[in-house]
Amino acid sequence: MLKIKNLHASVGDRQILRGVDLEVPTGEVHAIMGPNGSGKSTLSYVLAGRDGYDITEGEILFDGEEILDKPAEERAALGIFLAFQYPLEIPGVATMTFLKAALNAQRKARGEAELTTPDFMRRVKGAAEKLNVTQEMLRRPLNVGFSGGEKKRNEILQMALLEPKLAILDETDSGLDIDALRVVSDGVNALRSPKRSMLVITHYQRLLDHIVPDVVHVMSAGRIVRSGGPELALELEAKGYADYVGAAA
Amino acid sequence: MNAEPRILRTQAEDTFAAEYQAARARLPGGPGMAAARDAAFAAFQAAGLPHRRVETWRYTDLRALVRAVPPLAGEAPSDGAEFADPLPGLDRARLVIVDGVYRPELSDLSGLDGVAVQPMAALMEADDPRIGTAFARIDDPMVSLNAALMSGGVAIDVPAGVAIARAIEIAHVTTSAVGAYVRNAVRVGEGASVRIIESHVGRAGSAYQANIVTEASVADRAKVVWAKLQAEGDAALHIGSLAVTIGREANFDHLVLMTGAAIARAQSFVTFAGEQARAGLFGATMIGGKQHADILLSVDHAVPNGSSRERFKAVMDGRADGIFQGRIIVRPGAQKTDARMMTQGLLLSEEATFAAKPELEIFADDVQCAHGATSGEVDEDLLFYLISRGIPKAEAETLLVTAFLAEAIEGLGDEAIGEAFEKVAVDWLARRGNSANGTV
Amino acid sequence: MAAVQETVDQVRRIDVDQYKYGFVTDIESDRAPKGLSEDIVRYISARKNEPEWMLEWRLDAYRRWLTMNEPTWARVHYPKIDFDDLYYYSAPKSTKGPKSLDEVDPELLATYEKLGIPLREREILAGVEGASDRRVAVDAVFDSVSVVTTFKEELKKAGVIFCSMSEAVREYPELVRKYLGSVVPVTDNFYATLNSAVFSDGSFVYVPEGVRCPMELSTYFRINEKNTGQFERTLIIAEKGAYVSYLEGCTAPMRDENQLHAAVVELVALEDAEIKYSTVQNWYPGDKDGKGGIYNFVTKRGDCRGARSKISWTQVETGSAITWKYPSCILRGDDSQGEFYSIAVSNGYQQVDSGTKMIHLGKRTKSRIISKGIAAGRSDNTYRGLVSAHRKASGARNFTNCDSLLIGDKCGAHTVPYIESKNASAVFEHEATTSKIADDQLFYCMQRGLSSEEAVALIVNGFVKDVIQQLPMEFAVEAQKLISISLEGSVG
Repeated sequence: MLKIKNLHASVGDRQILRGVDLEVPTGEVHAIMGPNGSGKSTLSYVLAGRDGYDITEGEILFDGEEILDKPAEERAALGIFLAFQYPLEIPGVATMTFLKAALNAQRKARGEAELTTPDFMRRVKGAAEKLNVTQEMLRRPLNVGFSGGEKKRNEILQMALLEPKLAILDETDSGLDIDALRVVSDGVNALRSPKRSMLVITHYQRLLDHIVPDVVHVMSAGRIVRSGGPELALELEAKGYADYVGAAA
Repeated sequence: MNAEPRILRTQAEDTFAAEYQAARARLPGGPGMAAARDAAFAAFQAAGLPHRRVETWRYTDLRALVRAVPPLAGEAPSDGAEFADPLPGLDRARLVIVDGVYRPELSDLSGLDGVAVQPMAALMEADDPRIGTAFARIDDPMVSLNAALMSGGVAIDVPAGVAIARAIEIAHVTTSAVGAYVRNAVRVGEGASVRIIESHVGRAGSAYQANIVTEASVADRAKVVWAKLQAEGDAALHIGSLAVTIGREANFDHLVLMTGAAIARAQSFVTFAGEQARAGLFGATMIGGKQHADILLSVDHAVPNGSSRERFKAVMDGRADGIFQGRIIVRPGAQKTDARMMTQGLLLSEEATFAAKPELEIFADDVQCAHGATSGEVDEDLLFYLISRGIPKAEAETLLVTAFLAEAIEGLGDEAIGEAFEKVAVDWLARRGNSANGTV
Repeated sequence: MAAVQETVDQVRRIDVDQYKYGFVTDIESDRAPKGLSEDIVRYISARKNEPEWMLEWRLDAYRRWLTMNEPTWARVHYPKIDFDDLYYYSAPKSTKGPKSLDEVDPELLATYEKLGIPLREREILAGVEGASDRRVAVDAVFDSVSVVTTFKEELKKAGVIFCSMSEAVREYPELVRKYLGSVVPVTDNFYATLNSAVFSDGSFVYVPEGVRCPMELSTYFRINEKNTGQFERTLIIAEKGAYVSYLEGCTAPMRDENQLHAAVVELVALEDAEIKYSTVQNWYPGDKDGKGGIYNFVTKRGDCRGARSKISWTQVETGSAITWKYPSCILRGDDSQGEFYSIAVSNGYQQVDSGTKMIHLGKRTKSRIISKGIAAGRSDNTYRGLVSAHRKASGARNFTNCDSLLIGDKCGAHTVPYIESKNASAVFEHEATTSKIADDQLFYCMQRGLSSEEAVALIVNGFVKDVIQQLPMEFAVEAQKLISISLEGSVG
């Protein structure tokens, strides 16, 4: 599904990704762990197509297609979803309005018919109930005045509605207490499917107790420096990142 | 502002003209200075006394308010020693200006090692080209009038890298019913730090007119605290103007406290000339009776990455009129400017008034600018809460008003000066409490 | 970065073809000679068969106007207007009082159809039946003259008078004499005085005591003639306990030269009456180089004359090369209320200087101001407002919120509020912010599949939502679209 080859990216003069190689087959959940500043979030932004990064080398293939020259909205329509570490607030725009605009924009881009309002409402209602997202929250302006937990639940709700092929979860556990973490993880696990891949980016192992990955990668200084099974996460939890920080420098 | 030609002059304007003609020859300065004075007076004459149709003066119509013009200050009849210290208990060096003339023999310069203090009159005699440059782009008739009639003042130079711990007071004293035109200059060198206090007092009951213009520059990475106390005599006219440019990564904290004079106007023009500079600009007005106090603040973000905070509080009692006009300008290209201005008026009596005009003028998109303004009386709910806890009404009101003003005074961030200024506020409130009719 | 940049670039390339109302109707018209003099004033009055008192009123205004100067305090710049190079009167030739729509020039009907303004009552009814039972009565003003007013008979049954100003002068002289100029005095300002001398038509509304106007009233203004000044005069009177909601829309053809529009609107609300006045102003804004466009110099004022009366202004300003207007409320009656909701969008080289005045005279009077300014391209967008409480306005309240949004770094957004309180118990609160659309917000929307234009439109619609909600439902959707079009520039 996702193939990243020798990816180099920089911001201004600062080189952040220094040759990332990564492959996520269809249906697998991969985790990327690593110390602060290792380039994890940059990788997620570059995958989603955020401006401001210079890609100096390498390629990203999604379903065999090069996507680096595609704008963010086209990648979204192809099925790449990024759950933001810090979801943005848009005053005055009701969450419901936003969900409908996004869903229909993607359907339109894929040549599908727009959803009728009753059909849309049914889908939202179903997904929202599972994530404890209340009707009242859906009426409020997008993420404005939402708690940390509410924002993250809202991200997963969007993921459930948009049904992406590849979901990138950027530090989804940050700012969540243990109960909120469980709700969010359950929501993510419910979306696991043989047709959907996930890339879970996290600093801590605790999220991986809830969302158990097939493969764990360690990222340091802009590269994937080690890959292994779920046990690798436990090893990192015990020993910390010290070895990798030193090794990369 | 007003394109109509002016033909009629007021009697006061005619008197100014006569005074200027009579004094022209004896005012300090070389030939350069004399030409500059003539040009300045011509500019004043063309504009006349500012009036309500001059936008920046719309709430202080000097054409209507200034009826009589006192004679220009000559030899001072007193050295001002009889005036009480307006800031008792605050340690500071003092540069004393009496009736428009700097008096070294009355001054205390101890603790100012490395600082150059010169009489402004000497710089005028030398035709110092720096005089007037800070106001080159500011078109204001009262500044022009000062540029024509200025008799002296002080020039303070703090060299680069010098940190002066002791506060420096520029003390202005007006002893009789004269027109005093003071020009000061303060230049703070790169990385230097200094705390300036500007005080203004004068004889009670004396209808003097004090017009003080100060030119200041704060060089890169310098740090300046500047507090002005306007506690003029109750019949005075006070016009104070400050123009300051602040350099890269410099810090400028400025407080104006207005409590004296019959008619007072304080205008500050702050220009950001270097990036990453920060300014805190604060004002506190406490007036009663028939006093009229007008603060004008212009903050010019001419370069990117500047930040400024403005907080102005005004308390009006009796039949007093309090005014605040603030303008934040963000020039084209001054991206990442962060400016916030808050203005609040508190009316303590039925007949007091408050006017505010907090303006934003924004020409760059990546900025964060906001302003807020409120006007009202003491919050009844808060007052009731305090009274219900056993605090007598008058005391509760004083408490709330003090807290209201403190938000502006404490903004200065200088504990010693802040404390001394807060005492001025507390004393004003105590006097108000004591007077039977609620006026000061 | 690039997403914003893209929008900015598109805005910069603003394509005038976007202005879909820019066509000219080829119609014969009857014009007064160019220039302004007492004779022209007499000509206009005579053309309208006006009584002597009306002519005298006009002449008085004209003489006073000669002594006045154009105001210069607004933040707008334009070459000096040559008032002798304008036509002050133009009327479609065939409109000498059509008895019915059948007598109206078919070209005219086609024009309004093209603008989406149905004038045939039967069609209107057919069009909305089933969808909703809300109807809108329309007074169509073409150049300076009212060509047709719909639903007149039905309104008359309810006692509501809705007709052109010319008709009102002839048919209801006692009402016109009583109220005309009572809110905006003849000598109020340069443009209002000019309007008083030469106004050609406009709408007149009278809602009698206790009557709730059974439908929305609307006037649709269309400038067609070249070099012609537009001077409409609108007067709305709501008697005790009456209610009326009124909407005006404006469009004009694309012309290279600037055209002057100097209207006056007066509202009078007596005890317990309420007037809701909405404007969707979409005059031609000029081309991408700032050439042409309407000078929109308008005086609008409402007088809350009676206790507990209420006047609410809502405006969506997207058109005109220059907008200079301050719909205001005089809160004279105790407990009266004034509201001002505004969206002003400027793009290209447009200049907007707009806002309101809330003059609190009565006790416990309340006012609320919500202003949203959006500046793009090389435009300047100024909010200018006055809130004042006079000595007797005990317990007055005002809340003001004015926010500006900048799109691109070549435009300017300015806020000039005047706050004047002469009463201790008056409580005024004012807040203002300036911001831009954050790159992160745009990226977030695009990550969810929206294009950059859709993202900008979505965010802007969120920004203006508080004001859009104030519009009658039928117009809210149209206004939203209009804002998107105005900002898109060449997007399409």
